[in-house]
Amino acid sequence: MKNHDIVEKNIGLMVVLIIVAISFGTLVEIVPQFFLKETTTKVEGLKPLAAVELEGRDIYIREGCHVCHTQMVRPLRAEVERYGHYSVAGESVYEHPFLWGSKRTGPDLARVGKRYSDQWHKAHLYNPRNVVPESNMPAFPWLFDTTLDGKYTAKKMQALKKVGVPYTQEQIDGASEAVQGVTEIDALVAYLQQLGTLLTHKR
Amino acid sequence: MSIFWNVWIVGLTLTCLGLVLWVLLANKKVAVKDDGNDENRTTGHVYDGIEEYDNPLPLWWFKLFIVSFIAALVYLALYPGLGSYKGLLNWTSVGQLEREQQKGAEKTADIYSEFMATPVKELATNPEAIKMGTRLFANNCAVCHGAAAVGNYSFPNLTDDDWLYGGTPEKIKETLIHGRAGNMPAWGDILGAEKSGHVSHYALSLSGSEHNAELAEKGKPIFAQYCAACHMPSGKGNQLVGAPNLTDDVFLYENTYEDVLQTVLKGRVNKMPAQAPRLKEEKIHILTAYVYSLTLEESE
Repeated sequence: MKNHDIVEKNIGLMVVLIIVAISFGTLVEIVPQFFLKETTTKVEGLKPLAAVELEGRDIYIREGCHVCHTQMVRPLRAEVERYGHYSVAGESVYEHPFLWGSKRTGPDLARVGKRYSDQWHKAHLYNPRNVVPESNMPAFPWLFDTTLDGKYTAKKMQALKKVGVPYTQEQIDGASEAVQGVTEIDALVAYLQQLGTLLTHKR
Repeated sequence: MSIFWNVWIVGLTLTCLGLVLWVLLANKKVAVKDDGNDENRTTGHVYDGIEEYDNPLPLWWFKLFIVSFIAALVYLALYPGLGSYKGLLNWTSVGQLEREQQKGAEKTADIYSEFMATPVKELATNPEAIKMGTRLFANNCAVCHGAAAVGNYSFPNLTDDDWLYGGTPEKIKETLIHGRAGNMPAWGDILGAEKSGHVSHYALSLSGSEHNAELAEKGKPIFAQYCAACHMPSGKGNQLVGAPNLTDDVFLYENTYEDVLQTVLKGRVNKMPAQAPRLKEEKIHILTAYVYSLTLEESE
């Protein structure tokens, strides 16, 4: 090829051409989804997380739950049989960042809401082996001792509002008060119990 | 999908394929003719005395690229890859799921309708139904009630003949369909610490568990006044409200003074989630038979 030395001897041009070469996938597969009606319309009944649930979600992220648990039921028969309705894009429009995950060490949690009792979740999070002897999930006993102070709850809501989550001023004003004194375990369980409850499906 | 995004996706995809093809064909050319003289075949680059040949791609490699390029075109023709073009096969992931579900439903339809027509008591002795029930139980019930259905601290054992809400097929099915909400009220504020202690000793005495007989005697009238409404004057419980029998040797919590006192002071809230919103009628029927069969083994 007669002109390849132009690229080989000009590192700036090479960088540009590499970026062009690797951006097609992103431009075609990801970028349109930010704008398409199919992926940006919320499912019926979707509401922004309440203050306590929002704090619960941040505890979920802090403790790294998403590292072992996905929140994405794929449209495969085995998964729909086990977990319920497959996940749809409209359920995640208020998720910043989304917690779909990529690795299942534990089961998928996209449809865990209302599946077990609050009491079970607490017993299980305190020490999973108390209820599921063969579990290898870590225990999270400290969640029972720590309470939320609500210092940043309103700010978190404001930040989410900036990226399109429709929190009302009333919710933001009342956020700190709503979470004060709530234990972390209660917040986390409140978050888990609402996961995936909008789409029902009998399996 | 709007026209803009259609053009965007189709345009970029085809541009990308075009560029790939161009790079491939451009590399096929040999810049320097092979005239038998090795020196004329080099690119002219010299790196620390090392020269570089300007050879074309190996032919088999080139052909593989061409094959994969054709495969890409065939794929784009058959499957939905180009904007809102649906592809010749009309394939969607949901369509594939539904076909598989359909196939599954056809396979199980006869078994399910046969099982649905069989009363629970009879179904509980059908090995095939019990096998299915075991799988359903493992997936839906075992996290609380345990893989062997023997329950756990605060989660009832299903293999014994002691039932909170009744162990007839009808009652088991009712529990599965609607769930249960067990609620023992907290008596701490009403009774105070001392009286709560007395009544706890009395409750322990009913099952013959370790207790202080003197304090239990003091707790007896308190039990009659506050507890008997649900647990009955005898302490044998009431399945209509899910009040446990306190006189047998089956304990949802431990039969220690500390645990019973905790129950009296703070109350207990237990919830069996309703399964009807999640599981099909046939599966609930099979599960009922499975749970019922666990008790059969016990009474044999």
